[in-house]
Amino acid sequence: MSLVFLIFIPILAALFIPLLFKRLGQIHTGWFVLLVPAALFLYYATRLPSVMEGGTYVSELSWIPSLDIAFIAYLDGLSLLFTLLITGIGALVVLYSIFYLDKHREQLHNFYVYLLIFMSAMLGVVQSDHLITLYLFWELTSISSFLLIAYWYTRDRSRFGALKSMMITVFGGLMMLGGFVLLSIMGGTYSIRELIAQAPELAQHDFFIWALVLVLLGAFTKSAQFPFYIWLPDAMEAPTPVSAYLHSATMVKAGIYLVARLTPVFALSEVWMWLVAGVGLFTMVWASFFALKQKDLKGILAFSTVSQLGLIMSLLGVAAAAYHVEGAADTYLKYAAFAAIFHLINHATFKGSLFMIAGIIDHETGTRDIRKLGGLMSLMPVSFTVALIGSLSMAGLPPFNGFLSKEMFLTAMLSLQEFNMFSMDVWWVLFPIIAWIGSVFTFIYSLYFVFHTFAGKHQPEQLPKQAHEAPIGMLISPVFLAALVVMIFFIPNLIGDWLVKPAVAAIQPFLYDSPQNVDIHVSAWHGFNTELFMTLGIFAIGGLMFWTLRKWQHLYDLYPDSISLNRLYDEMMLLSDGGANRFSRIYMTGFIRSYLVYMFSFMTFIVLLTLFLNEAFQIDFNNLAPIGVYEIVILLALVGATLTILGSKSRLTAIIALGAVGYSVALLFVIFRAPDLALTQLVIETISVALFLLAFYHLPQISRKEERMKFRFGNALVALGVGVTMTLVALSAHSQKAMPSISEFYKETVYKEAGGGNIVNVILVDYRGFDTLFEIAVLGIAGIGIITMIRLRLTKKEGQHENK
Amino acid sequence: MRTNDVMLQTATKVVTFIILMFAVHIFFAGHYTPGGGFVGGLLTASAIVLLMLAFDIPTIKKILPINYVVLTAVGLLIAIATASASIFFDVPFFTHAYDYFDLPLFGETSLHSALLFDIGVYLVVVGVTMTIIQTIGEDE
Repeated sequence: MSLVFLIFIPILAALFIPLLFKRLGQIHTGWFVLLVPAALFLYYATRLPSVMEGGTYVSELSWIPSLDIAFIAYLDGLSLLFTLLITGIGALVVLYSIFYLDKHREQLHNFYVYLLIFMSAMLGVVQSDHLITLYLFWELTSISSFLLIAYWYTRDRSRFGALKSMMITVFGGLMMLGGFVLLSIMGGTYSIRELIAQAPELAQHDFFIWALVLVLLGAFTKSAQFPFYIWLPDAMEAPTPVSAYLHSATMVKAGIYLVARLTPVFALSEVWMWLVAGVGLFTMVWASFFALKQKDLKGILAFSTVSQLGLIMSLLGVAAAAYHVEGAADTYLKYAAFAAIFHLINHATFKGSLFMIAGIIDHETGTRDIRKLGGLMSLMPVSFTVALIGSLSMAGLPPFNGFLSKEMFLTAMLSLQEFNMFSMDVWWVLFPIIAWIGSVFTFIYSLYFVFHTFAGKHQPEQLPKQAHEAPIGMLISPVFLAALVVMIFFIPNLIGDWLVKPAVAAIQPFLYDSPQNVDIHVSAWHGFNTELFMTLGIFAIGGLMFWTLRKWQHLYDLYPDSISLNRLYDEMMLLSDGGANRFSRIYMTGFIRSYLVYMFSFMTFIVLLTLFLNEAFQIDFNNLAPIGVYEIVILLALVGATLTILGSKSRLTAIIALGAVGYSVALLFVIFRAPDLALTQLVIETISVALFLLAFYHLPQISRKEERMKFRFGNALVALGVGVTMTLVALSAHSQKAMPSISEFYKETVYKEAGGGNIVNVILVDYRGFDTLFEIAVLGIAGIGIITMIRLRLTKKEGQHENK
Repeated sequence: MRTNDVMLQTATKVVTFIILMFAVHIFFAGHYTPGGGFVGGLLTASAIVLLMLAFDIPTIKKILPINYVVLTAVGLLIAIATASASIFFDVPFFTHAYDYFDLPLFGETSLHSALLFDIGVYLVVVGVTMTIIQTIGEDE
């Protein structure tokens, strides 16, 4: 089967979800959904052996050939790793959700449709080789994330969180699109592979630095880096399976993926290296510091996710440094890319299990407030074990996988000393120090998460529900992930060979010809070296600080909320919302006559300006058709009817006179041999007079008084302007032919190519079918608009809530 | 609004069918002679409006139990489906196809995919016009 079609399988499966939910409601819809990621995981896993050897797969589906846009699925080590994460964690999360979401109370059809859309989108992001389709899938992940966060849409916090995440990630996405367009202008292609091939030339280009910054904005917003991370804690309003899946294991790693994927393109620039490493490291220490301020279990995990993403990001920055060092494959710098990918896998396992445990606690006790929890160890032994394994792995303790990757992280940070480009002698020291501080706080919040929930005193009176162990089905996924956490510690090199090295080779193609050349061996013990002493320091200082946590945690409350980034976001939203509102109020009067005045004035202005700029005021009275009696008579009737409207005292007279104007115009069409127009005009006039009569009763009160309208100079001016403009356009169009008339083209092709005889209708349905399609769409919208305005009018049910 | 104009009602009973048949003719003839889905739809709508003027809306709703919003949606779907169908023949979006066939009773006839699109236009025009008129007319 073609790889590119596999991307769309989840979205196609989503089409059947509502049906399955309605017809087979007694079976939890999740069981059907589970098949999709599970089957995809197994299929993609069969590709592992050849990708491990350095093989790649490409599959293409043309989409818009005229713009050179295509879906290109490109499977190499990096994209296969992400694909397996998406489908693998996806299957576990769906399994967990079957027990988490009640089939009778929840709107499962919505939930699973969004989840499957997300799955397709995410597969598309990590497999697309074409930048434009990558962008498309990228935004689709933002949209599905928005829908999933707002899944419980009756809650204010859910809607707020959804909007916030959408605002920030879509802003980043748009910036990224700008970066992609610049890249394509520089390289002349949208293909990532082709761009990588010409990376050295791109680096010389003027746009290069702009493209770099814009693309990084996209990656940083998506991967919740400082200062854009603020959306992630609010996104925790989503159901826990969603938080575990989107906001920890997959979607937030899309930014990491993008940075990794584009490293070969941008790594030649030092700006890239410093930005990625610096922002990543700062995010890591910032978020780990503030994780301890959180009182909500999922809040702690959200900040910890931000921090861990920063860690991976900073490693990718250091990995870019390898491009600047001769023979980097022989130095310690080579560990950075490996550590980044390795930690990404480890993070998915331990954080996924921790999120699921947080969900279980919420489910079984009714609260996620860590101040109310405590002493659950004996009540929920299995959950406690899983949480302990996950937390200790996150803290970087052996024998869990987090220890290995944390150790390599420190190695990579220390390796910066080998990178002495512009007098880095002093500055490189900052990196390991900041990394160490971040790790200390990581250690503390990991222990905080697990021990303040499970140890200490049980407070049953604080809990809304009687706490008990979760059902077995809910525990399968977290237990499985926790088992992986332990297993990876003992078989790190197997994971390294199968998953990590192929991805590393994709990030640093200039260093390695094939995954086998990545010469890295992971071992838990490598003698007494700096890293080990740093780790021991983390345990000692971290342990001490955790012991005294209660004494100093209240210091966080000293930090004022008024200068937080969240406050900045809120203020910006209020400002733009209120500002836009005030601006609109200036000209939106609610009277259609005002709007008509705006439209006609601008139309006159623009057309006259164009005529003037193109010097089109040449009027030629040659070749005019003779004026007959009929024309004169009709024109007199037309003018007479128009004057009647202006002078009429009653609205009824005006309506009838307006009808007369319309019919006279129709007659003119007849005389000028335009039967189609005449026919349409006649019917339209008939129907609009009928409409006028129907609406007569509802027209504004003022005009129902029998009173002539006042003369308004402004309106007269606009009316005169429109008349003069149209006359000038008609005369000018007649007098000069800038281009040959298109009617000849229609006459020639209408029968031969379009197979029709009536040019007007063939234009409508064929030549300009697009216009017609959109016009009827607009018509439909107008119809719905009128229904909403009249039938669902709010004034009818005054005093009632609009949603009732 | 209850009208009891016998002359109008009697004439309407005849005229409506003439208008409707003319609308059908105009619709099918559209590709070669004046007409098409837009005018055809407007004419159909005007026939129904005439019925509504001569009798009253509840009566007409009983005779023609059509949900015009659904009609609009169906029309839009037909139009977009016709336009997209070309993708499956590996030609650009909105490419029409036509050929001439020898049909019994009609003789040589041109069958054109544009006609399908026009049906969509026709239904949308009827649907929207009637939606607007009915909604405003029923509102008191």
